[in-house]
Amino acid sequence: MYEIRIHSRGGQGGVTAAKLLALAAFRDGKYATACPFYGAERRGAPVVSFVRIDDEPIKIYSQIHEPDLVIVLDTSIMDVVDVLEGLKPGGTVLLNSAHPIAGCNGTCRYVDLTGIALAKNLVVAGSPILNTPVLGALAKMGIVTLPSARTAIQEMFADERNVKAAEAAYEELKA
Amino acid sequence: MLTIATGNKAVAAAVKAANPGVIAAYPITPQTEIVEQIADYVTAGDLASKYIPVESEHSAMAACIGASAGGVRTFTATSSHGLLYMHEMVHWAAGARLPIVMANVNRALGPGWNTWAEHTDAFSQRDTGWLQVFVGTVQEAYDATLMAFRIAEDERVLLPVMVNLDGFALSHITQALETVDPGDFIPPYHLPHAIDTKNPCVYGPMTGPNDYYKFRWDIERSMRDARGVIAEVEREFAEQFGRSYGPTEDYRCDDADVVVIAMGTLGKEAEVAVDRLRDEGIKAGSMRLRWFRPFPDLDLAGREVVVIDRDYSFGFGGVVAHSVRSKTGVTPYSVIAGLGGQEVTYNDIADFVRNRHPGEEMWFGVSEHV
Repeated sequence: MYEIRIHSRGGQGGVTAAKLLALAAFRDGKYATACPFYGAERRGAPVVSFVRIDDEPIKIYSQIHEPDLVIVLDTSIMDVVDVLEGLKPGGTVLLNSAHPIAGCNGTCRYVDLTGIALAKNLVVAGSPILNTPVLGALAKMGIVTLPSARTAIQEMFADERNVKAAEAAYEELKA
Repeated sequence: MLTIATGNKAVAAAVKAANPGVIAAYPITPQTEIVEQIADYVTAGDLASKYIPVESEHSAMAACIGASAGGVRTFTATSSHGLLYMHEMVHWAAGARLPIVMANVNRALGPGWNTWAEHTDAFSQRDTGWLQVFVGTVQEAYDATLMAFRIAEDERVLLPVMVNLDGFALSHITQALETVDPGDFIPPYHLPHAIDTKNPCVYGPMTGPNDYYKFRWDIERSMRDARGVIAEVEREFAEQFGRSYGPTEDYRCDDADVVVIAMGTLGKEAEVAVDRLRDEGIKAGSMRLRWFRPFPDLDLAGREVVVIDRDYSFGFGGVVAHSVRSKTGVTPYSVIAGLGGQEVTYNDIADFVRNRHPGEEMWFGVSEHV
């Protein structure tokens, strides 16, 4: 089983990113669950979502305490949340950042999702859309296939710019 | 069709397939997505139901009572405080023998304010005459909701059915979902005592001490008959759609020395704990209790039993633990865990089994044994 924890702020689309990722894995023929952890949510507050991907049906409903992959959609969260907590030895961190950030103890990957969204004018209610481009980065990392990432995005969003943003993130993923 | 969906959207999809005449509901966290999705169906013209956005849960159930007696299939959904606000009408729906289907997204009761999973809300309606089923997966939320209409409307039952799913843990998780075309699995709604303006009758009039108890006995008689109807409907569902259910979902129970009994998502997570325990040589099994009313016959002879209650009856004990004990004579190890969404992992459940003390009660996170 591959376990992923997504850190974001309320309104940044972390919950939808989890659903998109689960849908893409499902279209790859895998079993997948996406599970947001809801607190007293409000825009801007740190939130966390969980995705599990496996070849067998998934019966676990509790939170992910030892993820294989941590995704940080907003690196400013790292000042207030220990995003590396419980990360498995040899685990991976994927940052929405134009630069690597020191202190990641696993394999650190990074891509400027915000920059990609702004360049494609993918902005809703003043916020750049991060959840569709991140799927491209995850496809590059081999978590899902690129065709399934495209299919998942098209199933959930009509605007083709979302697919283009994912393809850009696929190309631009660093390290 | 094969897709992915949340537990809430699965319930809404099943309601769409059953095509009720009237849906009346009031939104409440974590049920809101069910009524939002149904409202979307109605607005888009994908569902021909009359959707009544009422001003309270009490009115939601009252509207369903009127519409159901008027001769159409009805559905509502609620949770927690909403269910409690509805309470008077919940009794009335069963007493009037109306096959209303309600989804209840299990949530704790305040104060303190808490929107996470607990079963105390459903158990507070235990003695109303409603059938109660508890589901453990998104697919099961869909399947059980569809079957609920068939079971409720069967003339041997004619009692309302409450489909329970854990708040957030199941209502908001995304899993695979296969929707079906119910075809004649759901026959047209027929209520033998429906209001007929050509044959005016009085409904629910004063019923004195010489007659009232007969109506109460008739509810119990139907509740007993419901066991057979449930088995029949679940068998037919399996034949038509390939997924089978029973009063419990038994996992590796056949040769088990110790059986974990839990409900909802904790009952699914217990299966993972069972696999871990088996790897250690502990012959464990899981018996997820699906139907709570009517309460099934359980075969627990010769086994040790660990019951996880996501509820509590103050001054008495865990509701499920005491129900199991009174129905089977087995004295379980009673674990109180998961109240108000308290995090309980498969590792925790495995620990409950490893450290079991039959006859004792343990509040997880509070004390080892109390």
